[in-house]
Formats: sequence, C-alpha cells, structure tokens
Amino acid sequence: MASLKIIRKRISSVRSTQQITKAMKMVAAAKLRRAQEAVVQSRAYAAKLSEVVASLASEASLREHRLVRVRTPESRVLLIVLTADRGLCGGFNANLIRQSETFLAREGATPSLAIVGRKGFDYYKKRAVEIREQYVGIAGRAPIEIARQLVARAVELFVTDEVDAVYVLYSQFRSALSQTPTIERVLPIEAPAAETDAGREYLFEPSREAVIEDLLPRYVEVKIFQALLESIASEHGARMTAMDSATNNASDMIERLTLEMNRARQATITKELMEIVGGAEALKG
Amino acid sequence: MASSFRLRIVTPERQLLDEDVEEVIAPGAAGEFGVLPDHIAFLTVLAAGRLIYKNGGRRHVLAIFGGYAEVADNVMTVLADGAEPVAEIDAQRAQQVLRDAEAKLVDLDPTAPDAAPLRRAIDESTARLTAVAERV
Repeated sequence: MASLKIIRKRISSVRSTQQITKAMKMVAAAKLRRAQEAVVQSRAYAAKLSEVVASLASEASLREHRLVRVRTPESRVLLIVLTADRGLCGGFNANLIRQSETFLAREGATPSLAIVGRKGFDYYKKRAVEIREQYVGIAGRAPIEIARQLVARAVELFVTDEVDAVYVLYSQFRSALSQTPTIERVLPIEAPAAETDAGREYLFEPSREAVIEDLLPRYVEVKIFQALLESIASEHGARMTAMDSATNNASDMIERLTLEMNRARQATITKELMEIVGGAEALKG
Repeated sequence: MASSFRLRIVTPERQLLDEDVEEVIAPGAAGEFGVLPDHIAFLTVLAAGRLIYKNGGRRHVLAIFGGYAEVADNVMTVLADGAEPVAEIDAQRAQQVLRDAEAKLVDLDPTAPDAAPLRRAIDESTARLTAVAERV
C-alpha cells in the first residue's frame, strides 16, 4: 500500500485538476449559450435568403447559372473542414477528422482541402493531401468574415475550373450532448425547390441577372456561415460535456483515494498499537 | 389602402428590426428609392449607405452595408450584410477607420487581394458617417 504522504499528494493534485476542469466547464457553458444565441439569430436571415432564392428557382438564368450547373464527373473536389482551434473537447476534432478521412478515401479523385481550425490543420499539414486554404486562430475573428473569405476563394476555384465541386464538413449542433459530423455540398448550388406559389412577379433592380449574380454567392456564404456557427456551438457543447465528465471522474478518484488514505492511516495506527502492546508484554515478562 | 407596412431588417448576425412603418428610404444599387404602403413586388440589390424609416411621424436612421431588399405584400425585408442603428455608431472611430483605409489603399495595387477589405472598410465607414450626418 502506498504511503500516506504519497496518497495525500495525489489527492491534492487531483483536486486542483478538478478545479481547472470545473472552471473550463463553466466557461464552455457560458460560451455555448452565446454561440447558440448566434445560431438562432442567423436563422431569420438564412430562411429569408433561401426563400428569395426559392422564388427565383424556376428562372432559367438561375438554373443555368455557372454556380448551379452540375459537372460530371466530379473529379476534383474541395472539402472545407471546420474544426476547432483547441482541444480538450472530447472527440470533437477526432470525429471530424475521421469523417474527413472517410470522405477523402471514398472520393478517389483528387481531393483538396480548405481547413478552418488549428486542430484540423495540425493533422493534415504532415499528410499528402493538398491544403489550399487554412484559417487558424479563428477565435478572435467574426465568423461572417471567415465565411466571406472562404467562400470568395471557393467560388474562385470553382469558377476557374480548379475544382468541380465543393463540400463542407462540419459538426452539426443537436444538443450539448450530441454533435454530428455532417457533409453537405455547397457548390454547385442545390437551389431550393421552387415555391408552389411562384406566381409572384418581382420588379428587379438593377436587373434580374444582376440580382441572381449577386444572390448566389451570398447564398453559399450564408450556408458556410451557419455551418461555422453550428461548429462553434458544437465545440463548446462538446467541451462542456467533456469537462463535466472529467470533473465527475476527478470526484470519483478523490473519493477512492480518500478511502485508500484512511485505510492506510488505520493500518499504521494498528501497527503502532501492536508494537506498543508487544513492547509492554515483553517488558512484563 | 394600408397606411403602414411591415419593415424587417435582418443581418446574418442578428435580427435588427421588425416594425410597422409608414415610409422607408433605402440605398439601392441604382440609387436611393422610397417605399410606401402597397408597393409593387420588388427585389433589389442594396449599396452601402443610410436607410431611413418613419413610423408615428418619427424618423429613424440606420447605416446598412449592402445586401438586398425585397418588397412583397406590404412587407419589406431588408437582408443587409450588416446594419447599425445610428445610436450604435461611433462617428469619430468611423472617421478614423475611413482615413486609415484610404491612406493604405493609395499605396496599394488596386488588384491586390488586400484591397477588397479596405474598400469594404471605406464603404462601411462612409455609410456610417452618412447615417450619422442624417440624424435630426
């Protein structure tokens, strides 16, 4: 049995770890609330924008637009991977990376990557896949700015025929306990189905074509922006859950160690008593 | 004939406004335009600039940074890339940003990739300043 002193030292070390994980959990919970709020706030804009695109979906100039037309075969694919900058969030990054590996393996053709988040970049920088874009240290930047830059680049690659399709892999936020890695195609754009009451005739300014031209990249932007917000919410959710279970594990461990410490103390006392009694008996004789 | 219509202003980051208004003046890509109740269905690209709306006889001003406006069935929806009510604007800061961006842009090749965000900063600051100047 380990000595009393060693056990005491371990208990205090576990206790200070627990304080850290508890603090991290609370920070993550606060950030999660803000991130969820951002997701909700972005929905009105996204919904309205899809509605506008849907109302134009029957337009020939939209159907035939270069950002909408599907290319077959899709031989060069750009995958945008949204990961986190920091670890200690359970399987969050690992799940995303595993999913991206499966996707890259299946695609067979020449894939390339655009990576958001240091964790994803650290994983792929030593590997054979081409990284076209990387965004690390995202915490201090507005997600919308990242989305704009990312989409500007993706659209450029797509239009100049460097890639045939663009997909995004992100962690969909279901709840603090559950986040699912999800892959969606962003380019070519899958226009939402035309509305049934598509009879509405708009007056366009400056022109129908100009509006569509401006609308489509923005539609992609919002999709990426929302994916980014979900990813951020997922990260905080995952971290909160991970830190919560770490805190609980630390509690269990402290309990176990305390028990062990008490046993050790008891054993020493018993041993000392025996020695005293033994000594006394010896003197009597 | 309705005397008012709904104005909704949303940006990717937040829902800014959802109110009944009597008149809106917005910065279209092809120039300013006004919207009154019972306007025809209308879809336009917006430029950065100031948006004025009136309700209950009061004028309100916002800076908006481009986007779209849709008018249909007495609802005007502004999908702005960004928007700020005048109360949130710091005019001095906007002026500072504008000067800095202009100074940087002068030394830059207009096709450089860095030029786009600078131009954006200039547009946004100008929009902020026009909005502030409009305050009554």
